[in-house]
Amino acid sequence: MNSSSLRRVAFPAVAVLTAGLMLSACGDKNSGGSGDSGGGTLNGGGSTAQAVAEQTWRADYQKANGGTINYEEVGSGTGVENFISKAYSFAGSDAFLTPDQVNQAKAACGGDPIEVPAYVSPLAVAFNLSGVKSLNLDGETIAKIFNGSITKWNDPAIVAQNPSAKLPSTAISTVHRSDDSGTTFNFTDYLSQAGNGAWSDAASVTWPASIKGGQGLDGTSGVVGGLNDTDGAIGYADDSAIQSTSLGVVSVKVGSDYNPPTPDGAAKVLALSPLETGRTANDMAIKVDRTSTEKGTYPLLLVSYVMACPTYSDSSVADLVKGYLTYVVSSQGQQAAAAAAHSAPLDPKLSDKATAIISKISSGS
Amino acid sequence: MTATESPERTATTGSPRPSRRGDRAFEGVVRTSALTILVALLAVFVFLAIEGWVGLTSDAATYAPFTSFASYIGPLIVSTLLASAIALVVAVPFSIAVALFISHYAPRRLASALGYVIDLLAAVPSVVFGLWGGRYLAGYLQPAHVWLHDHVGFIPIFGDPSPNGRSLFTAGIVLSIMIMPIMTAISREVFLQTPRLHEEAALALGATRWEMIRYAVFPYARSGMVSGVMLGLGRALGETMAVAMVLATTPTTTLNVIGTASPPTIAANIALNYKEATPERQSLLIATGLVLFVVTFVVNFAARWVAGRSERRLNR
Repeated sequence: MNSSSLRRVAFPAVAVLTAGLMLSACGDKNSGGSGDSGGGTLNGGGSTAQAVAEQTWRADYQKANGGTINYEEVGSGTGVENFISKAYSFAGSDAFLTPDQVNQAKAACGGDPIEVPAYVSPLAVAFNLSGVKSLNLDGETIAKIFNGSITKWNDPAIVAQNPSAKLPSTAISTVHRSDDSGTTFNFTDYLSQAGNGAWSDAASVTWPASIKGGQGLDGTSGVVGGLNDTDGAIGYADDSAIQSTSLGVVSVKVGSDYNPPTPDGAAKVLALSPLETGRTANDMAIKVDRTSTEKGTYPLLLVSYVMACPTYSDSSVADLVKGYLTYVVSSQGQQAAAAAAHSAPLDPKLSDKATAIISKISSGS
Repeated sequence: MTATESPERTATTGSPRPSRRGDRAFEGVVRTSALTILVALLAVFVFLAIEGWVGLTSDAATYAPFTSFASYIGPLIVSTLLASAIALVVAVPFSIAVALFISHYAPRRLASALGYVIDLLAAVPSVVFGLWGGRYLAGYLQPAHVWLHDHVGFIPIFGDPSPNGRSLFTAGIVLSIMIMPIMTAISREVFLQTPRLHEEAALALGATRWEMIRYAVFPYARSGMVSGVMLGLGRALGETMAVAMVLATTPTTTLNVIGTASPPTIAANIALNYKEATPERQSLLIATGLVLFVVTFVVNFAARWVAGRSERRLNR
């Protein structure tokens, strides 16, 4: 047994290592992002949809003004939760705060929370059908395709709107997100508003269970991959993710026109939409009107918000939040995001209004 | 394996050595290690129970698109068990055949090369299997879906075929490839442990090579094979990324394993939804983790009981 000495060392070593790892794993639990530390550092996070835009804004702002701004892509829900628990000084979310969350945020901030739209992006309905690159569809037809009542590409409802397209009798397979997503929320919101009653479910981040058929795939890239792989598939995704593919894109019926997804069309819809009722002056939650018949609009869009407190006890944090968010909603910041993330720049009127709200941020008590 | 106690070992325990203290220290170390594992398991269970408890009884909105915990978890359990069953049905005979080939049929050089390659398969990360399965294998298996539906479609699990192969069936095949290495490795090792004398005795009595394996190798290796299958099953039940990336999901319960989409498995569902989850949803997802923990235990115990029973019957 000449290896016994080795074993005598190796076994305790492994045991000690294991115990050590476990202890350190326990310790890690508490070392997450800790609150509003001074020294020109700002911690925020939330929506993954905003990720590319936030990267651009942070890089630009830090280059021009110094300071460190962190944005963790933890998802909208966690972002809002961390904002309410004051772990984040600001948060990004694909859905505006619920009345409950507003109250919690008010208690945490010591004042009405600030909530402004920061990131607007058109969503595309894309399909994979050989020889067909664009289709005209109205909201009702799209809703019927996704709820499974239209099953063939040469269905009379599709043919009637596309008399010149050569539509095969291929079966339609619909593709949706399998993960909870703001994209799904905005898409189902469109279907329930513009579907003319064909979509019975309310807007939801989770794909409804009442819908039979259809494939759920993971994330935007999963959906786009599924569309690429499947003849006769149709799905929805951020327009920027569709542009680099050879998939066909649906032009959506608005009034008497059919409009393809454009950033301008999306921004226009937001500008025409009323504010959510029952909100404070600091709150720019918008009730997106997806039934607008205004020329040149594109009603299938995602709005993502940023949230902040009206006052911060630390003046350096207050200045950083104020400066950063002012840049985010400025036309300059919006153009930078548009270039990097193919988002739709905020309409000047909305941008001005958001700037006015952000300018109220101060350091106090 | 008490029967194989080596004479060397009995000799050392027979004569007490002066280093009694080292012996005792070593015993302490191994005992601590064993307890550590139990504590870790307990810690996981306690974490799941505490964090997930509220998830069992939240308000109905948390369970979207369903309304209660039972209706939320039900389809997930069905998918988890179906996917694991497919994986086992494919992988068990396959890996036992491969292990036998390596241990009893292949020329020595080929055997060691093949064994090495199969061990390597265990080192491939599950994300890679997921990418490969979803983007590549699924397309190639799609005709098999159509074939299954056309020829054995009378069995309810083979309903309408998927248009692109991203079904529970494909997920099960990918899982089977992932669990094969560990099952092969363990089976191979226990097959090689079969006493040479048993094998030679069987051959001397006029058994063919297959009969020798059947009457000398399998009875001897049974418990090792069961252990291998249990480890594989555990991995299949808990596998996350590969399933999340291969399977097209739908919230609707379906037994059709070759259909367009199925509910995700429990583990895949956690991975898919944790990122965008609100705190209530996170509790819910942790609660589903608790259920998976329990399901894994129940399945393991049940399988061991079945295997143990057949062994007892065999020994009678």
